[in-house]
Amino acid sequence: MQAAGEAAPVFAPAAPKFDAKWLIIAACVALTLYLGVVPLAFLLWQSFFTPQSAAKAAQFTFGNYLEAYGSADTWLLFGNSLRFATGAAAVSFCIGTLLAWMNERTNTPFKGLFFAMSVIPLIIPGILFTVAWILLGSPKIGIINLVLQRVFETDAVFINVYSLGGMIWVDGLHYSPVAFLLMTAAFRAMDPSLEESAIMSGAGILQVARRVTLPLVWPAIFATLLILFVRAIESFEVPALLGLPVGLQVFTSAIYQAVHRYPSQIGLAAAYAVTLLAITSVGVYLQSRFSTDGSRYATMTGKGFRPRTIDLGRWRYLTTAIFLAYFLFIVLLPFLVLLWSSLQKFYSVPSMEALHRLTLDPYRTIIDYPNLLRAVWNSLLLAVASATIIMLVTAVICWIVVKTRMPGRWLLDNFASLPMVFPGIVLGLAIMILYLTLPVGVYGTIWIMLIAYVTRFMPYGLRYNTTSMLQIHKELEESAAMSGATWTTTFWRVIIPLLKPGLVAGWIYIVIVSIRELSSSILLYSPGTEVVSIVIWELWENGQYVELSALGVMLILALFVLVLAAQWVGRRFGIREL
Amino acid sequence: MLTVKGLCTEYLGERGQAIRAAHDVAFEVPQGKLFTLLGPSGCGKTTTLRSIAGLERPQRGEIAVGNGVVYSAERRIFVPPNQRGLGMVFQSYAIWPHMTVYENAAFPLRVGRRKLSRPQIEERVMRVLGTVDLADMAQREATKLSGGQQQRLALARALVMEPRVLLLDEPLSNLDAKLRERMRFELKRLQRELGITTVYVTHDQSEALALSHAIAVMNRGRIEQIGTPREIYERPLNQFVADFVGTTNFLDATVSGADGADGFYRVRCELGELKAHAHEALRPADKVVLSVRPEDIFLSESRPEGDNVWQGRVDQKVFLGESADWQVAIGERRLQSRVHPSLRTRVGEPIYVRIDPEKCVALKP
Repeated sequence: MQAAGEAAPVFAPAAPKFDAKWLIIAACVALTLYLGVVPLAFLLWQSFFTPQSAAKAAQFTFGNYLEAYGSADTWLLFGNSLRFATGAAAVSFCIGTLLAWMNERTNTPFKGLFFAMSVIPLIIPGILFTVAWILLGSPKIGIINLVLQRVFETDAVFINVYSLGGMIWVDGLHYSPVAFLLMTAAFRAMDPSLEESAIMSGAGILQVARRVTLPLVWPAIFATLLILFVRAIESFEVPALLGLPVGLQVFTSAIYQAVHRYPSQIGLAAAYAVTLLAITSVGVYLQSRFSTDGSRYATMTGKGFRPRTIDLGRWRYLTTAIFLAYFLFIVLLPFLVLLWSSLQKFYSVPSMEALHRLTLDPYRTIIDYPNLLRAVWNSLLLAVASATIIMLVTAVICWIVVKTRMPGRWLLDNFASLPMVFPGIVLGLAIMILYLTLPVGVYGTIWIMLIAYVTRFMPYGLRYNTTSMLQIHKELEESAAMSGATWTTTFWRVIIPLLKPGLVAGWIYIVIVSIRELSSSILLYSPGTEVVSIVIWELWENGQYVELSALGVMLILALFVLVLAAQWVGRRFGIREL
Repeated sequence: MLTVKGLCTEYLGERGQAIRAAHDVAFEVPQGKLFTLLGPSGCGKTTTLRSIAGLERPQRGEIAVGNGVVYSAERRIFVPPNQRGLGMVFQSYAIWPHMTVYENAAFPLRVGRRKLSRPQIEERVMRVLGTVDLADMAQREATKLSGGQQQRLALARALVMEPRVLLLDEPLSNLDAKLRERMRFELKRLQRELGITTVYVTHDQSEALALSHAIAVMNRGRIEQIGTPREIYERPLNQFVADFVGTTNFLDATVSGADGADGFYRVRCELGELKAHAHEALRPADKVVLSVRPEDIFLSESRPEGDNVWQGRVDQKVFLGESADWQVAIGERRLQSRVHPSLRTRVGEPIYVRIDPEKCVALKP
């Protein structure tokens, strides 16, 4: 315990003796700082330099920024990014809030079931969701268009996902469960007696909404909007698959294109990346400011409220219909279209004729696909390794931040959370630049992917561990010290077992998001280190839609089983919902 | 057995200002005695205990357990808590919820420096669990225990490694009133039987009086008085101690002069002249505060013999069951008195008040 005890002395009379504890702490802190800070530094550095090559050393230049901001295209890019992110955030927010309100404050039937199903959409990886919506809403082969054309006997294109509107719809829909969960929390945290006392003071429903409810949930609304905006502007799959074919670029897809051009323009990509990073940093900063400010609104008391529910009367059939329609759009249609296409030899629209040609060939092809086994193995290896490393390292970091008064611990907390502002593709770029410059031999190996995954998902681990760590009374660890245990023994036999709920939940969450990861991997993989999401990407580029669908169906089912297992483990160990 | 000298601790507060938690704290606990640190919250008693434990590092002073110095600012010695060999019971008990009763109690033997064999550990754990009457619950999950059982388990865990000194941080404060009273006897019996040197921290004066061989009353980081329970209660050194330990009546007074030898003085207060006792020498015209305990104010319907007698009037009565608290008005002044419930004088009726001069303690303010 010594200097790391509950209270920091004004001055320490004796220097602490050496202890294995300091070795572990130093290693974890160094790793965190290295992962959080170094890639960012190299990214900034690269954006001011010409590419380094064997013939020519890197030279200082403003050229990247001049090129990036000199052309009118960039302003178009900027506008597209903002419009896309704002639109997607708005779509998610409206859908999520409506559903959260229906679920929390009305007597819609089956709402308990709905809440349990609400996380299912998050299981479907972004790339599969996007592909599914292409199969549903493309102007030429989209099933929705074809069905409507047949019904109305016309050639008109009803919906076109290859457009800004289409991008906003698909991305906004895919992430609406995030909005739903955040707004559900906000509705639950609000003490209904605040509204009731307004009613008792003589206010009408509308006055209550305007003068009490809205001002109280406003911080939550603003924070939710910011989270959704930042997430949408970081989104890669939707802009890459829906925007690029029709020349609609946003920052993430522009970075991808700048790297994949020949010769690749890493400096330009870095300049774009720095701009994107600036936007996300402002968003994350505002959001953290708002959540601290929000705490002064005393709506979060941690008590379980039983909120008043509104009797909708006959309108509840409408809200049930909305639930069903939502589930149709977000889970059923995408999954069914993938399932259908996975059972065809060549992609074709559903018809009686096609029904006779059902085959399992795509599954056979995909299982024999040369890279698949290795990709699955890589994905599993990366997911398990990164989840384990992250949860253990952030447990130590968290202990330092929560349980000690070490000087500079707030800085450590911020550094460990720093990767949160990195969009996946920007992180991939920064790590690529770092290890192209540093000759340590990880570039092109699976290690660089592991580094990227650990960096990218470290903030999640920190968040899960912090929640659990805050609940561990400091006397539980002090009593271990008084029993004669060293710090290392205490950490291993007392802290880690008590952290278990958070550790297990965080571990499973990181495994799931690691398996879905695409936007960092796409810049870092090389032959031999593909992961499953990269194989899907390659299949899409090759036009192998039916094989892609077969792989997608299997992946979704596997992730579904994983989530079910997680929920079972959760109930077993008393973990709150994932 | 335990010696604390010149202990000083400061913290940095929220705004970076230094807060003094312990100032020049010094005491000694002989082998086998129970020593209590008593005081209101924030008086530095817990800081002192945690400094002895090694969970906090003071700025100045020295702490020795037996012949070994475990902390010395001057000689730059700081033995970490896990090597001090002290047992401690925490206020929250700090029972590890992921272990069974047995595992909790065996933990100190499994992680300690001395390596014991499995049967040795089992033998000692079962013996200590037997001492606190938990032997038949050894395999139960620790979270399934009641408050009193958790408290006993915490005690067992602190005792299992046979520590040189046992530290108790408000161990009874989380129990309900009935259980607290029972555990008080239990704790006293165990301490006396095992003869283990103990430092006990509490803010409850009745607990301190009931359990201790010696008490240190603390206030704002300093020790105000050290003495046996009887000394502390009957001969408080100053107004704070008199006020904090027990209930008392204070009267401002001025010394008129000595009244014979043995520390008796004549003093003048708002009730008139009376005879009081002081532990330190007083001179005429000294300002003093008189402290009189409610149970030392005797009430009777007929006029009693002796010094310090007034006639008053019954102002208010509170019936407590085994006794009654009365407010008696003498002129403008009200005094609180504890009387036997058999006294039945009505409110408003006159009553005689007598204070034993020896129990009327004159304190320097």
